[in-house]
Amino acid sequence: MSSVPGHSAPGGPVVPRASTVLEVHDLSVEYILERGTVLAVDRVSFDLAGGEFLAIVGESGCGKSTLLFAIAQLLAPPAEITSGSVTFLGRNMVGLTDRELAAIRWKDLSVVMQSAMNALNPVKSIGAQFTDAMRAHGVTSKAQVADRSAEVLQMVGIDPVHLKSYPHQLSGGMRQRSMIAMAMLFTPDLVIMDEPTSALDVVAQRSLMVQIKELQEELGFAIIFVTHDMSLVSHFSDRLMVMYGGVVAEFGATRRVFDTPLHPYSVGLLEAFPSIKGPRVPLTGIPGSPPNLASIPPGCRFAPRCPKVMARCEVEPPELYQVNGTLVRCFLHEGEESGHE
Amino acid sequence: MSDPAALRGGAPGPGAGDTGAALPAGARAPVESAAPSDQPGTGALLRTEGLTRHFKIGNALSRRTLHAVDDIGLSIGEHEIVALAGESGSGKSTVARLLAKLYKPTSGEIYFQGRPLSAVRGRRDVLRYRGDVPMVFQDPFASFNPVFRVSHGIMRCLKLHRPELSAQQRHEEAERVFTTVGLTPAAEVLERFPHELSGGQRQRVGFAQALALRPKLILADEPVSMLDVSIRIGLLNLMADLRDTQGVSILYITHDIASARYVADRLIVMYAGHIAETGPTEEVLSRPRHPYTQLLLSAVPDPRAPLAVGAETDRGEPPKVIDPAPGCRFRWRCPLAIDECHQVTPPLRELLPQHSAACHVARADAETRAFG
Repeated sequence: MSSVPGHSAPGGPVVPRASTVLEVHDLSVEYILERGTVLAVDRVSFDLAGGEFLAIVGESGCGKSTLLFAIAQLLAPPAEITSGSVTFLGRNMVGLTDRELAAIRWKDLSVVMQSAMNALNPVKSIGAQFTDAMRAHGVTSKAQVADRSAEVLQMVGIDPVHLKSYPHQLSGGMRQRSMIAMAMLFTPDLVIMDEPTSALDVVAQRSLMVQIKELQEELGFAIIFVTHDMSLVSHFSDRLMVMYGGVVAEFGATRRVFDTPLHPYSVGLLEAFPSIKGPRVPLTGIPGSPPNLASIPPGCRFAPRCPKVMARCEVEPPELYQVNGTLVRCFLHEGEESGHE
Repeated sequence: MSDPAALRGGAPGPGAGDTGAALPAGARAPVESAAPSDQPGTGALLRTEGLTRHFKIGNALSRRTLHAVDDIGLSIGEHEIVALAGESGSGKSTVARLLAKLYKPTSGEIYFQGRPLSAVRGRRDVLRYRGDVPMVFQDPFASFNPVFRVSHGIMRCLKLHRPELSAQQRHEEAERVFTTVGLTPAAEVLERFPHELSGGQRQRVGFAQALALRPKLILADEPVSMLDVSIRIGLLNLMADLRDTQGVSILYITHDIASARYVADRLIVMYAGHIAETGPTEEVLSRPRHPYTQLLLSAVPDPRAPLAVGAETDRGEPPKVIDPAPGCRFRWRCPLAIDECHQVTPPLRELLPQHSAACHVARADAETRAFG
């Protein structure tokens, strides 16, 4: 069925493979603007086990990138973490100094950005940028640097001659691959990826996803993968978090969310993709627009677009309810609460 | 505000059943409109012959030629949505710009309603052509002037292209087309600024502006690729609606083959400046003959199906179209390539009725599977 090793068991309980790498607890991020504050991420909590692949999906403006940046401590004013903690390898990242963070970055935690063209330095060769990252962490031996650079580049399937190449000489796919290679330099425990494939064509996208998964199986790092394209991660991630309007709408095992989505928003998202196979059926998408986070409605944030909206949804915000191991923020599932994670 | 579902429910789509949504493409037999248009010169709204566009690159020391579009013959019939699909660099946007008269062809000719486009000269002639064949752009955030209300653009279009209308009539016409594309209440939306509209609403404004010109053919260059997934379907449904109720044809340029399948009557798959395969959408997608089409299809993520195997060996590296040597441009990536593929550029051959592929290996009857 699947050529990808370690493909998660469909719908099965998620058993942490190793100790917890990351704990995010009640994390909130606000953009403090002159005309008021925008609550971009509202009390998000989750744990990430070693070697786990977590996908975060949502539409633009749902807070998924802000959440990533908050975890990686890359937020800049006017964004500010207003509550919660991010515990990475037992250490709270919130409030660390730049120097303390520099010791962690690349070594224990790497970030792969959406646009490698912008993330790579255009006037430095790929090799020079690898060297920079390694020197910053005390690897100064030229031979060591050259060996490791060639090794990681080969890992992602690029000929090491390209260490001498400049970013503009590489194709979009190769640039993303070299970003991923750079993230592998120190074999980190966690790699954070912000839409790394969205600038690529469908064939290159697929090839890169398979490669990321293979590297993960081999090296055992955990991944947080943010994307707006839910179908992309369906075969790769262990757990899936659907975000809407700054909050977690649904969070559970990937296969289970795809097979039996609980939140009306997840249902709508899944039905918004035309299929390439099977009968052609008319689709409707989700009516309306995503919420404006500067003026959050008092009730459920999805209520104005929800096909199953009830009177109560307009006034009272739903909590996250646990239904068969899946967390869902919808009153429809309030009575079904069961089990513990 | 204009939500796609309300639009679908309220739109007088023919064949709208109790679901409230007419089947965008599947319900129509594409044969009816596609059949005459596949024979050049008869019934095609627009067709091209040997359309070619090269770009000079490099400096005086290294003159090189980029073959963006090479020898393209395509046709678009009346009331038809034709999808032009391909990856970035395949030349699909160059085709759109050639058809919009934004580029001059290096060679070849475009015929609109039987008349060669090279004969369309002079301000009035060009203006009329631009009104008949308007373009909707990819980026709804960059294609509007932020300091003007959205009424500004459409009023200018109307003033320029339909000078016979009075100010009152212009306003009525603007409200009519805004209502048609689901931007209601039209009078209110017209007075908004672009930043007050969502991406989906802005793309609807784009279509409304095109529609105000009473077009025959709308060139839509990736109109939904910058929109959120939940909004896209609404725009695709709108395109099907415009075809069915307004009688326009649409050239839908996309890299998303699933959305092409959803909305298009016919499909043209481009690769490296050439047409790789073309035919009725369902026919091409259910029986892809060209290895590249097969590769594309196998790479589309489908959460409902198990992960397809085989395609991941292909890196998706873009083709080289700078001073290309003769031969199939897909040969470097093609597992079925034979000697002939390295010598001779394969011509587009009709393998099945209306279904053509440019491949030496592809056969009409036999399943030649390269991928998927």
